[in-house]
Amino acid sequence: MPGYSVFSILRNGLSGDRYWRRAWRAPNPKPAYDVVIVGGGGHGLAAAFYLAENHGIRNVAVLEKGYVGGGNVGRNTTVIRSNYLLDGNTQFYEFSMKLWEGMSQALNFNVMFSQRGMLITAHSADQLDSFGFRANIMRLNGIDADILHRDEVRRLVPYLDFSDKARAPIHGAIFQGRAGTARHDAVAWGYARAADAHGVDIIQGCEVTGFVRDGERIVGVDTKRGRIQAGKVGLAVAGHTSLLGRKAGLELPIESHVLQAFVTEPIKPLVHHIVAHGTEHFYVSQSDKGGLVFGGGLDGYNSYAQRGNLGMVREVAEAAVALMPCISRLRILRHWGGVMDMTPDGSPIICPTPIDGLYLNGGWCYGGFKATPASGWCFAHTIATGKAHPLSAGYSLDRFRTGRTIDEAGIGPFAWLQ
Amino acid sequence: MRRLHEGGRIDRSRPMEFIFDGKALAGYRGDTLASALLANGFGLVGRSFKYHRPRGIYSAGPEEPNALVTVGARGRREPNLPATTVELADGLVAESQNRWPSLKFDIQSVNGLFAPFLSAGFYYKTFMGPTRRAWMVYEHFIRNAAGLGRAGEEPDPDRYEVRNLFADVAVIGAGPAGLSAALAAGEAGAKVVLVEQDFLAGGTLLSEPADGEARAWLSVTLARLAHMPNVSMMTRTTAFGAYDSNVLGLVERHGSGTADPAKGEARQMVALLRAKTMVYATGSIERPLTFANNDRPGIMLASAARTYLNRFAVLAGTRVMVATDNDSAYSAAFDLAAAGAEVTIADGRAEPTHERLEQSRHWGIAVRRKSLISNALGRHAVRAVTLSEPGGTITLKCDLVVVSGGWSPTVHLTCHLGVRPVYREDIKDFVPGKLGAGQFVAGAVTGGFITAGAIEEGHRAGAEAAAFCGATKSVQPPFSLDLAEINAGPNGSHFVTSPRSGPLPHFVGGKDGSPARRPQDSLPTRSGERWFGNRKAELTKGKAFIDLQMDVTVSDVALAHREGYESVEHLKRYTTLGMGADQGKTSNVIAISAMAGLRGMAVPDVGTTTFRPPYTPVAVGALAGRSQRHLYKPFRRTPMHDWHVANGAQMLETGVWMRPSFYLASGRDVDQAYPAEMRMVREAAGLMDISTLGKIDVQGPDAAEFLDRVYVNGFAKLPIGRARYGIMLRDDGIVFDDGTTMRLSERHFFMTTSTAKAADVMSRLEFLLDTAWPGLRVSVTSVTDEWAAMSVAGPTSREILAAAFPDLNVSNEALPHMGFLEGRYRDKPLRIIRLSFSGERAYEIYTGASVGKEMWCRLIEAGTPFGQKPYGVEALGALRVEKGHVAGPEIDGRTTLDDLGLSRMAGKRSGYVGDVLGRREALSDPARPRLVGLRCLEPGKRLSGGAILFRPGERMHGHGLGRITSVTYSPTLDASVGLALIARNAAEEGAEIVAAYPMKGQTVRARIVSPIFLDPKGERLHG
Amino acid sequence: MLRIECPYCGPRDHDEFRYGGDASVIRPVHDDADFEAWYRYVFVRENPAGPHREYWQHVIGCRQWLVVGRDTRNHEIASVRSAREARA
Repeated sequence: MPGYSVFSILRNGLSGDRYWRRAWRAPNPKPAYDVVIVGGGGHGLAAAFYLAENHGIRNVAVLEKGYVGGGNVGRNTTVIRSNYLLDGNTQFYEFSMKLWEGMSQALNFNVMFSQRGMLITAHSADQLDSFGFRANIMRLNGIDADILHRDEVRRLVPYLDFSDKARAPIHGAIFQGRAGTARHDAVAWGYARAADAHGVDIIQGCEVTGFVRDGERIVGVDTKRGRIQAGKVGLAVAGHTSLLGRKAGLELPIESHVLQAFVTEPIKPLVHHIVAHGTEHFYVSQSDKGGLVFGGGLDGYNSYAQRGNLGMVREVAEAAVALMPCISRLRILRHWGGVMDMTPDGSPIICPTPIDGLYLNGGWCYGGFKATPASGWCFAHTIATGKAHPLSAGYSLDRFRTGRTIDEAGIGPFAWLQ
Repeated sequence: MRRLHEGGRIDRSRPMEFIFDGKALAGYRGDTLASALLANGFGLVGRSFKYHRPRGIYSAGPEEPNALVTVGARGRREPNLPATTVELADGLVAESQNRWPSLKFDIQSVNGLFAPFLSAGFYYKTFMGPTRRAWMVYEHFIRNAAGLGRAGEEPDPDRYEVRNLFADVAVIGAGPAGLSAALAAGEAGAKVVLVEQDFLAGGTLLSEPADGEARAWLSVTLARLAHMPNVSMMTRTTAFGAYDSNVLGLVERHGSGTADPAKGEARQMVALLRAKTMVYATGSIERPLTFANNDRPGIMLASAARTYLNRFAVLAGTRVMVATDNDSAYSAAFDLAAAGAEVTIADGRAEPTHERLEQSRHWGIAVRRKSLISNALGRHAVRAVTLSEPGGTITLKCDLVVVSGGWSPTVHLTCHLGVRPVYREDIKDFVPGKLGAGQFVAGAVTGGFITAGAIEEGHRAGAEAAAFCGATKSVQPPFSLDLAEINAGPNGSHFVTSPRSGPLPHFVGGKDGSPARRPQDSLPTRSGERWFGNRKAELTKGKAFIDLQMDVTVSDVALAHREGYESVEHLKRYTTLGMGADQGKTSNVIAISAMAGLRGMAVPDVGTTTFRPPYTPVAVGALAGRSQRHLYKPFRRTPMHDWHVANGAQMLETGVWMRPSFYLASGRDVDQAYPAEMRMVREAAGLMDISTLGKIDVQGPDAAEFLDRVYVNGFAKLPIGRARYGIMLRDDGIVFDDGTTMRLSERHFFMTTSTAKAADVMSRLEFLLDTAWPGLRVSVTSVTDEWAAMSVAGPTSREILAAAFPDLNVSNEALPHMGFLEGRYRDKPLRIIRLSFSGERAYEIYTGASVGKEMWCRLIEAGTPFGQKPYGVEALGALRVEKGHVAGPEIDGRTTLDDLGLSRMAGKRSGYVGDVLGRREALSDPARPRLVGLRCLEPGKRLSGGAILFRPGERMHGHGLGRITSVTYSPTLDASVGLALIARNAAEEGAEIVAAYPMKGQTVRARIVSPIFLDPKGERLHG
Repeated sequence: MLRIECPYCGPRDHDEFRYGGDASVIRPVHDDADFEAWYRYVFVRENPAGPHREYWQHVIGCRQWLVVGRDTRNHEIASVRSAREARA
């Protein structure tokens, strides 16, 4: 892999950029691989990279229906944080954070991980207390966390509503200084390029239509570009896990829902952190290009359409103005939707499946982007060894059966049923 | 001044003053900011995003990529507005942006010198060292250089509204097609809403010469529409998005001038238009040409030059070069010539239409055939162009270049619901795909560019749309002006559709002035390299822009291709193409065909871009409407709210309700007040407003059976006149909610729920009855708002009750613990239940909400002699901790009955909701939490909620054994006590534990005790 | 914005309703002790990309639980019935 650096930019710039090579090859699929990963999103590509990097398994193909990074890795609001409360989540997401901190160097691709800090506002004394609990857990697990009082919040983000007319007065905030954002597409491209350099075949436009079986065992996939044999098959198709899972014969505790995201016109720097409303569906950051990127809650009904409804657009706009009155005059440039795998407890699934030869990575709900490196790392481990990685051991498929669910929000299976 | 002495649709009797970059300038009503700037001779109005190149006015509509300005100041500051869409208003203050110190001299234009190293995606390849956090340093500079305008940080003082609209037929666009559609649908009797983004209706007809036939057609049509009561026209209104179920999002702007919020005027209004059918008559946008330095001020779309001339009476230049590959630009050429400009046409085609050549001769215009524009000279204003012709390269002077590369149908809205647009080779562009039933298209959006055709199509679509929703009155034939005349005359319609003479794709300027080629002609990448995306050529000649706003050049597209970012989405994301505030309205198709050329594929095989709402940017405030400040999620007040406020209650928002936190009479702050209120309840009595509890009336022959199923504990055997505390589980066996339910008769129960879960419990009960157990003859009704409720608690509570209700027998025998009395109060029903949350003897009194305050006052009066005062939720929360009652912090959506020490409530019962899954194996794991009490062992220290529990001496790391959920200072015990959830295998009464609160740097030793700190035998509440 | 034709109240915006999830899963009878049946009812979802039968309650309206037939790919609603009738 010809390295990217300031020198390569200078050299190529002076020769008219004519000698840059493809970031990753466009190979034809081979008849067989040791491992086939279905899904060329962030998680699938990361898993392929770590299979090669950590486990020396390089005879790997990543099969992507459309183009690399076309799913949620390229549709999310790019927030990266590790402020989880529950045993099983806390350590996993912190491990992910550590991988983020070295990702650009590890991949030789600038993913622009920018640790600008994230604060979540508290709107009552009780909420600030509950943030204290969360911050305690974070500190006890070696994660940075701070509790900010109203005046400290005001110094950091003076543009929030601190007036006496505020609908929900700001009492304080929980702050994680290492939280940040990254350039989401670059994450997919960076993993693709680095995996490719290890010999992984990244095959775009290659939809998987079925699974090849030998008795009970899955030994390959049928694709629109023909049959591909595989020693092991890993599914990393969050958003569409149910559809492929069904083809393999898996019954899954997953529903697909749309989560919307929004971006405003580009403006000069205004929002220097990630700011999240403590009680409503609204969080915002500003991209390096200048647009305010923000998101809200689920549209609230099963959907595979990658677009959202106007009711949620308005709800998010209301919450935005309530927290940040100066956003009122800024204009939304685009809004779009991504399809989320929602699990009954809001936590993901990374595990071997009851079907021999098949491994599952999915159920990311709305937390998938920040988990990308750790997910790939643990999934690669699971595929390579056949066993769960200790950090993702809680993310098993049978936890719903046993009752070992990891319900960070405490709302219960598919919240609308309650 | 470039304003003509006459003509145009401006109102010369209404001059207006405005300020641009500090200069006072004049314009007229009917101007846009762009037309007024042009009229004042401003060619340079902005700087570009990346290279800070000087930019002028490129278009006359919302597709404008260049002329972005900031309007207003302080809280009204609005950045990035296209000057082409800003309606001129008296006193308007605008400034240019993305420049420093001035528009003419911008320091950051040095970026252009480093351009060779700033190609697409350069930032992905560098800024990765020397340290891991180095990016944070580089990023600081990149962020400051990026962005366009600067936003204000002050609150927006203006007002917004949201309106709900309904229509049979929604027509989007009031050009010839839309007007005709509205007319037909209106005549058919349908209720029509016609939406137009401009402040005038007419669309392209507004750009026709003012004395032409178009004007007459337009005024007659508008007059007819104005007489139809069933047709409403909304100008200054953009249909920004098409959503499911035929819902359109509209945003209507206030007329020229500033809306006055003091008068209740809204600056903008979002309307949700629910229409039975849609007619998309959204027109088309002219396609630019791509050549070296095609971004210089003084280069604009041909249609824009014509609009400025005919609509705004502004002649944008006197020495005009028209560069085109199709007939439509000839209209602009003729009009400009007629206005006195010296015009030359560079036509890329070998054989321009004979008729056009004749007409050109008539106007004295030289037409240069096979003449391809390849470069523009001049920096702050264009001064000459280079043309590549078969005979060689020629440079011609000019002060205005108008370009036309054909037309792009405005398909955006038709794609919002996921319908992919379809490529049409004849117009080299996309038209709407197959739309659903009730969706119609008409006019230029269909790819037909003849005005007469648009009028006919509009008429047909309007009539069909009306018929689709049952409006079938007879409709007159299309109201057709003598369009043949318009087409035949020298000022004829500029739309031409003949596939042969029709729009060709753009041209790409060649290296060394060699003739440009269309990308489709140069399929192999290798030969493409010769001319395409050659940065060396770019260095010597200048950049050829595809996306003017995001500064994406032809060579950026080539680089993306070279590096494998070939799919349209990769191209966009890698180069930022189409990501600007104009959403790439003038660049998308050019970029896609460029990539198609590079890949040697047909355009449809390369794909198309996904159009996302909104069509043009929409203010966040407009979407929020009036749902701001106190109108945003209005909180609820109990019937006694005003009394609390008047009597010194410090109100606290709890969920959707406002409740008294404490009363100032008890202490000056919460820490002083709540122990005082606790003492009062323990020693005398307190009165508490509990109206916020959920209340559900349960009736029917199977009501008892129903409750038996929804609660873990049984209710069938509950005697009439008695109450029982109950717990509900979720289906997965986790505790859902708790509350008390009393039996009024054999088949009538009165249920209370927690304040927080009231709505969820209600829906849940209805769900079970409607979907799971429709056989049960039970009806449930939410009566939360019908009943006011208050609780008298404390040793003197019985005396208070007796004093307040002298007619009722409230003795221990008549009204024992969990007993229940019914009566009447002022013709309203009265229910008194004896139950306790605090551990003291207590009574809950329920009565009609309308007499709630009266009842409250009566109890206050009756209780005062007995030492009773009101108390708030802080004291209540503390009292229940002393008594070991669980509440929200313990019922956190993760705990089971057993965790809370309540499994005896279910006993050996089965068949209740949550029974089976509540027995899952891990739910009885020894590491599951168990509710315990904690008593602080260190004098002078306090327990804190959210502290993490460890064994003494254990390393404090990880998640510990559990956590403290609720704490209070107990005046009775004079100790800091709390409830905690701790692993069962550590929940040993009497054991010592350490509670760590790292955020405060605190550790406190505590002893595990029974969660019931007070009166474990319940003597107080039974007494 | 989905528009749901409530059989009792007429066409209304979906934000008047509360979503209730997949209506094709079968709730075991209340005293059924079959673990597998409860597990499947609470956790396992078909989650189709296509026609989906689902519960909606008209909370700001008649409060009836409805069974709506809706396509999850394009959100088009094919049918709306009251849950009691749909069951009958």
